[in-house]
Formats: sequence, structure tokens, C-alpha cells
Amino acid sequence: MKQLPASIWTLTVGILVTLIAVWVGNNSHFFPEQASVQAPLVDNFFNLMLMIATALFLLVAGTIIFFAIQFRQRPGDEGDGVPLEGDFSLEAYWTLIPAVIVIVLGIYSVEVFTEMGGFAAGGGGGNHLLMSHHHHHEMKAQLVSDEMSEPTPEFEAKYGLGGAGKPDVIVTVTGMQYAWIFNYPEGITAGELHIPVNKSVQLNIKAADVIHSFWVPQFRLKQDAIPGQDTELRFTATKVGDYPIVCAELCGGYHGAMRTRVYVHTQEEYDQWLAENLVAQNPDLSKTVAVHTEH
Amino acid sequence: MAQAQLPVSGEFPVASGHHPTAWKWYDYFTFNVDHKLIGIQYLVFSFVFYLIGGLMAVVMRTELYTPDADVIDPNLYNALLTNHGTIMIFGWIVPAAIGGFGNFLVPLMIGARDMAFPRLNALAFWMLPPAGLLLVGSFLFGGAQAGWTSYPPLSLITANTAQSMWCLSIILAGTSSILGSVNFIVTMVKMRVPSMSWDKMPLFCWAMMATSILALLSTPVLAIGLILLLFDINFGTSFFKPDAGGNVIIYQHLFWFYSHPAVYLMILPIFGIMSEVIPVHARKPIFGYKAIVGSSMVICFVGLFVWVHHMFTSGTPPWMRMFFTVSTLIVAVPTGVKIFSWTATLWGGKIRYTSAMLFAIGLLIMFVVGGLSGVTLGTAPVDIHMHDTYYVVAHFHYVLFGGSVFGLYAAIYHWFPKMTGRMLHEPLGKVHFLLTLIGANLTFLPMHVLGTQGMPRRVAMYDPQFTQINQICTIGAFILAFSVIPFLVNVIWSWGWGEKASGNPWRALTLEWTTDSPPIIENWHRLPVVTHGPYDYGLNHHQEMPTTPAHS
Amino acid sequence: MTTAPTPTELTLPQEAHHDDHEHHDFRMFGLLTFLVSESLMFGALFAVFLIFRSEFPAWPPEDTEVELILPAINTVILVSSSFVIHYGDVAIKKGNVAGLRKWYGITALMGIIFLAGQAYEYATLGYGLTTNVFANCFYIMTGFHGLHVLVGILLILGVMWRSRIPNHYTAEKHVGVEMAEIYWHFVDVIWIILFVLIYVLAFVN
Repeated sequence: MKQLPASIWTLTVGILVTLIAVWVGNNSHFFPEQASVQAPLVDNFFNLMLMIATALFLLVAGTIIFFAIQFRQRPGDEGDGVPLEGDFSLEAYWTLIPAVIVIVLGIYSVEVFTEMGGFAAGGGGGNHLLMSHHHHHEMKAQLVSDEMSEPTPEFEAKYGLGGAGKPDVIVTVTGMQYAWIFNYPEGITAGELHIPVNKSVQLNIKAADVIHSFWVPQFRLKQDAIPGQDTELRFTATKVGDYPIVCAELCGGYHGAMRTRVYVHTQEEYDQWLAENLVAQNPDLSKTVAVHTEH
Repeated sequence: MAQAQLPVSGEFPVASGHHPTAWKWYDYFTFNVDHKLIGIQYLVFSFVFYLIGGLMAVVMRTELYTPDADVIDPNLYNALLTNHGTIMIFGWIVPAAIGGFGNFLVPLMIGARDMAFPRLNALAFWMLPPAGLLLVGSFLFGGAQAGWTSYPPLSLITANTAQSMWCLSIILAGTSSILGSVNFIVTMVKMRVPSMSWDKMPLFCWAMMATSILALLSTPVLAIGLILLLFDINFGTSFFKPDAGGNVIIYQHLFWFYSHPAVYLMILPIFGIMSEVIPVHARKPIFGYKAIVGSSMVICFVGLFVWVHHMFTSGTPPWMRMFFTVSTLIVAVPTGVKIFSWTATLWGGKIRYTSAMLFAIGLLIMFVVGGLSGVTLGTAPVDIHMHDTYYVVAHFHYVLFGGSVFGLYAAIYHWFPKMTGRMLHEPLGKVHFLLTLIGANLTFLPMHVLGTQGMPRRVAMYDPQFTQINQICTIGAFILAFSVIPFLVNVIWSWGWGEKASGNPWRALTLEWTTDSPPIIENWHRLPVVTHGPYDYGLNHHQEMPTTPAHS
Repeated sequence: MTTAPTPTELTLPQEAHHDDHEHHDFRMFGLLTFLVSESLMFGALFAVFLIFRSEFPAWPPEDTEVELILPAINTVILVSSSFVIHYGDVAIKKGNVAGLRKWYGITALMGIIFLAGQAYEYATLGYGLTTNVFANCFYIMTGFHGLHVLVGILLILGVMWRSRIPNHYTAEKHVGVEMAEIYWHFVDVIWIILFVLIYVLAFVN
């Protein structure tokens, strides 16, 4: 401390903290792989906050530990410390700088949220067919029927992440204790979600009994399935593969077991899957013998 | 003529002139109106519930040692997680911090002989044992299983009797909290010794003021939510039954309007404790007294407008998600002010490494972690991924364990001599601190990764890919459970046979240290006069504090 | 409690007196603080009511319409009782215990009439607590308020009971009387809001 001026120390500490923070922010392995358009948006935003948080943590925790060691009671010294009761400019700094940081983060989060489709909820194309409150009773009936073919004149606010324009794929997702059911407008009912890669997908989410929450960690997307209120998720998967679908809202004893998978196919594979299941589940459509339906 | 000085004279079973100097052990089991006795009642009651809630956590962590539900029934697991959360909040942190330390310290710190309404005070305490019994007793009926949030419709269709008992228990605890808050506010506004101006009031009292205002404004809303839930379960109404026109989201708003402020109810008194413990053991004036007072009030106010951040993935419109993102982030500013002020208080001090101070410094660092993860969670885009995952569990345990529980421990080590007249055993306290610090970080730090990687909270069974990290957490939890043993031994042994404490063993400057340890009934023979600030260390005039001239 | 200061007390600094003399004020301040909390309880109920109102196409829904005449009469009774009770307060300020008892008695009677009217309304309304969400709200809100009216009546009766003791309430010392009055005004104000929300808004669409 005595050999070097304080400014050099400050500079060194500053550079070191910045380097560590930037490194942590860019090399965090907190998240699973990114498999949707929204995933990198969330990750980048998180990593930015992680960078700031790391810097702040190093500075604050470092200062605390440094003070704790430096200003320990020396043997035999029963006296008091420096009678310092405050310092206006210092207090102003540590009020204003965090304030600026959180305001910037706040503005940036609006930006990210908009990009994710947060402000397009309920306004998206192909999505004007919504249940009104008086249709609650028909929930169970709609569960197996194709809801999208039922025109409803009423428009209602819908919660979740949306998007403009007509989506490429629309799937109605129903959460029930303890399974997810996926209904395709083509007339397919499945226990897993199948979607094509790089196509916009619209999930209309419903709940049959209690609140569930549809979550795909690799997509960084989550939306509650709420009894009596439809919600939606609009996204584009960017990577072929299969990922877990997890229920994230406590829904009963076997909540932890309410897991299924989402299969992201290439367009050809998806078409093939669609065709196969169309035939299997809708024997009327083809002249072949119906082997099995889920109805 | 001490009787004339009583806030509500005639309430005390003592006549002037021949006071008993202390209560007998059996007085602690009666409807006694002495604020100090009530404070200790709260503390002992809540610690018992801390042990019960902790035991539940140990069972849950044991279950989570393997990915399958192979130790207990998953429904019992849900009952445990529901009651673990409920007990730790309503049975431990709130009654210990507000009821326990609030009652014991506030009158002593402001130079009052008791709380403004002693009988109301005792009534508020005696609402808690039935509330606690209801929770424990609900296990006879399967236990409430819908989480401490008890969202309908799940709470309407699961374990109805137990769920009703749960609601009644929380309504009782809430009523107790409202009555307590009224008492604190009136006491602090009306009963400070005249020589104590507002800017000489200790920061713990300011924190209790903010806490009380917050409890007063938010608790009634929860009460309504739970009353409606009770009616839905038992009397056929359909407020939260979607198939009969009800709306489940309204419950979430009513619930979080209280339950987010509840987080501040659990941390504001702890902030107050920090502002007392740190200056004493660092031998320094608190840095930025006014800023700390102001930040408590700002947290109290802004804290009323952040509740929707618990509902970012629920039925909330975009503008709400954004508005509450920003309001949530703003809370970081006053909280930061406190952290920085305490850090600055350390600067230039002569820090005594007592167990109380160790817990206070441990809290400081743990709370920074919890605060920073809170900022990431507060933003809607990240919360959409993180909500209801173990990342949230990690965050709030850093805040509530690393914050509130560390703070309560610091407070116990700091004020135990005042409460019992005995010192705690310091080396044992340090062992306790070390075990707690290691246990807490081992349990809760890995949970961040579990959450981001994709493990939801409140599950009895999980994807086997998370096994290893879960096992680390479980080992941490065992260490944490074990860490209570040196503490219990210390408290029990010291209470009976510990080294006798003087009136002011830490040479502190707040008024509670101007009387005997333990304080006599009615606190002082002669009321103290405030001649200096509560934190004027090193300012040359903290000799013996003068008291008013003798009388009678 | 207000014993004349003895010589030893006079030598005390003002602390001792401070405690003693403001003792009565504590209760009033305590009540007001408590009422802040109470009003948030009603506030939460009002908010729930308004959210449902905004969600339903018809509020009150068909077949669960509300009456207006009887509640309006009830409202007039309750609002005027707020003036009546104030005469009791004025009386005791002049040391007139008989006046206090008269006016408080009339107030309690008006309160009982209000509750009877409410009970009659419940009996003749034709729908019950569980009929639909509107009925849920209606019965919970009016019932919860009715409970408060009952508490208010009990407070008033308590004041009347205590006023039998000579010198229990005097022109200088009557905090209990004022607390009952404040509580009664509070119950009254809540009713006015409730009346507007449930009854008046039912006819405004």
C-alpha cells in the first residue's frame, strides 16, 4: 500500500474486476443449449446482468473482506474507530450509479421482452379465436375437438408471448394432472409436441383442471396454463433435436413427473410425421383400416 | 411512584414499591403483559417451529438425494414443502424478528417501560400457538399440499380439511401481525422518552416502523384472499372456480400483494439488526444514518408495488410485466444503499470478531449474492425462463437464510446477554457460524445451476441428469441441520450456567444497554435521558449514560 | 391514573408525566392505525368486486338483480345515525351523561334497524350465497360489513353500559365514547362506498 499510490491500486483492481466479470459473463455455462429464437436473447441479457453482478459482487465482497481484515481489532486496542458518520458525495454516488444501472437494465429488458414477442401477446395472427368466459364449461369438450375450427367473434386479451402474422404451425396444448396433450388443427392428438425447425409455432395453452406451466428450458420459454384463461406462446425452434417439456407450476402429487418431450424435426420429417399420424388417427380420411385412435 | 409511569397502569401484577425483579419460569407460559417476556415467548416459540420446519427440509432433501420418489409419498412431499415454507415464514422469521426482537427491543431502545398496549401485545402472541398447532395438526388430514402460495384451483381440490386449517392458521398469524404492527407504530410515535428526537431513534426502531407500516397495509389483503379461499372450499362460493365464472388470477394478486411485502417484513427488521450489531462491534458510528432510514422507507413504499413480478408467466398483460420489472429493479437501489453503508461502517473501525459480528459480515456477503440474483429474476425476460425453478429457490434461500436467519443468529448472539443476563460461549458460537456458512452455501449455491439447467421447484421426482448437484445440496442440508446442535447446546448451557453478563457487555450506546441484564420489570429504576446519538462511537462522549435523578 | 402528582413525582423530569398523560391518546391513535388496516381489507374486497364487474358482460347477471328501495332506506338510516351519534359526543363534551346515553341509544337502535333491514333483504332476495359470482360478492361484502355494524353496535352498547358508573365518562375524559363514534363513522363510510358499488353501479351501465 505504501510503495504504490492509491490510484494505481484502484486502476489495477478495476482492470482485474472488469476482466473477471467480462470473462464470467461470456463463459457462463449456466444454461442448457439454445434451441429457439428467444433463447439467445434471454441468455445474452442474463449474461450481461451476470457480468455486472460479478463485478459488483467482487467489488462489494472484496471490499468487505479487505475492510474486515484491515480494520480488525489489534491486540490490546480497546478504543473506538474513526468517528465518521457519512459522506454525502459517496452516498450520492452509490445511490445514483445503481439507479442508472437498474434504469438501463429496465429499459433494456423492455427491448428484449419486445423482441421475444411479449408485447404481441393476444394480437398475433391466426389467433383471434378465443374462448370467452361463457365457454368455460365447454373446456372438456374442446379438449378433443379442434378448437381452431370454431369461430368465435369475441376478441379477448390473451397472455403470453405472441407474434404478428400467421404462424406456420398451430398447436393447442392442454395441461392436465399429470400430462400434456397436444392437438393439431389437422386432427391429430399427441402426447409429445412435434414441430418443424425454423418455422413459427403458435401454442394455444389451456388447462383442464389446475394451473400448470409449460416450460421448455432449451427454448427459455415458459407460460402458465390457466384454467379459464387462454394463454399462448409463439416461438421458432432453431435446432433439430428433442428437448424436455416440464411442468413448472405445482399441480399435485406427481407434478415432478409431468414431463414430456418436444421433437424439433426438419420440415420433411415433420411432414412425414404429420402424414403418418393423420392416417393413423383419422381412418375416415383414408381407405385403410383404422388401427387405432386415441379418441 | 413507578405506577404513575406505566403506560397502562394497573395492567402489571405489581404494585409500586415492591417489584419482583424478575419473572419466574412459569410466567413464560402465561398471559403475561411484559414486553420482554412476550419477546422471549415469541423467540422460543419461533425457534421450536424453526426446528420443526428444518426437520421437514431435511426429509425433503433426503427424498431429493435420488431422482425417484422413493423415500416418502409424493403427496406427503408436497405437504412438507407447503408447511416448510409456511412455518419458516409465519412460524419462524416473522415471529422471531418482529415479535421476538421487536417486542423485546423497541420499548427498551426508545426508553419506554412497555409497549403502548400490553394486553393487546400478549393477545397477539397467544394467537400464534393455535396457529402453529393448526399447521402441525393439519398433518392428521394429510397436510395442505398446494404450496405456501396455495394457488387455486389446486388448493380447492386437494386435502380440503388440511387446506382450511392452513387458511385459518395464516389468518390467525396475520391478525396477530396486524395487532402487533398497530402496537409498534403507536409505541414508537407516542412513547419515546422526550429527549429522543426522531433522528436519535435507533435504526432497528426505524426498521420496525417501516415493517409495521408494511404489515399494516398488506396483511389485510392476504386475509381477504384467504377468507375467499375458505369460502370457496367450504361454503360453495366460486370466486376462484373458473368453471363457475371465477378467476384464479385474482387470488394470485391478493396473495402476492401481501406476500411480496412479506419478504420485506422478513428482511427489514434484519436490516435494523445489522445497523445495530455492526457499529457496536466495529466501534464505529453507523455510516449514513439518514440514508439508512430513508432507504427503509423507500423499500416499504416501493415494496407495495412490485408484487406482479411473481406472476410474469401467469395471466398478466405485457404492460404489467414491464411496469413491475422496473419497479422491482428500483428496490435494488435502496437495498444497495444499506449494503454500501454497512460496508463503509466497517472502514476505519476496530472490528471485534464476536459471533454476532461474524454472522453480520456473513450476512452481508450472502445477501449480496441473493440481491444480485434477485435483480436477474426481477426482469421479465429472464424470469420467463427462471420462474418456478430451483434458481428461485436458490435466490430466496440466499435472501431468507443467508439474510434473515443469519441476521437472527447475529441478533441472538448480540442480545442474549441482555435477555438472560448470561454471555453465550464464544468459541462454540464460532463453530456454529462456520458450520452454518459452509452448510448454507453448499446447500443453496448449486441450486442456481439446477434452476437454469431446467429443474423446476416443488418436485419430489426429477430428471436423473440433476442427480449429482442434488446430492451436493442434500449433503449441505445435513451439515446445516447439524450446525444447529452447537447452537442449541450453547444456548441451553449458557442460559443456565454461562458467564454472567454486565448491563453493557459490548459497551454499546443504545438505551437497552443502560439498564440491568436482564432488565428489571418496567425496564429502568429511573428513565434514561438521551444525551447523544445511538451510534456515537469514537465521538468522545460515550461515558456512562446519565439517568434521571433519583426519586422515592 | 390521573392521580394528583405527589411531591416526589414533581421532582421527576417530564418523562414520567409524558407516559401518563398521553395514555388516553394512545387508544385513539391505535384505533385509527387499525382502521387503516381495516380499510385495506374492504379495499381488497372492492377490488375483487370491480375486477369481476369488468369481466362479466352483465353485472349483476340476470336473475340476480339487486333491489334499490330497501337498501336506499337502509342507507339513509345508517348515514343519519352518524349524525345522531355525534350528538352523543357533543353531549358528553358538556358533561351530559344522560344526553350521551340517549343519543347513543338511538344510534344503536338505528344500527339494529339497519341489520334487520339487511336480514330482510337477504330473506327476500330470491338467491343465495352460492348462486353465482355476483351473489358470492354480494353476500360476502354486505355480510362482512354487517359484521362490522354488529361490532359497532356492541361498542356503543358497551359505552352505554359503562356510562352507568358515575364519573366514568366526563367532559374531559371520554376516549371510549369517541372511539365508538369514530368506528361508527368508519362503518358508515364503508357502507356508502359499498352501496355505490353494489347497488348504484348495478343501474349504471
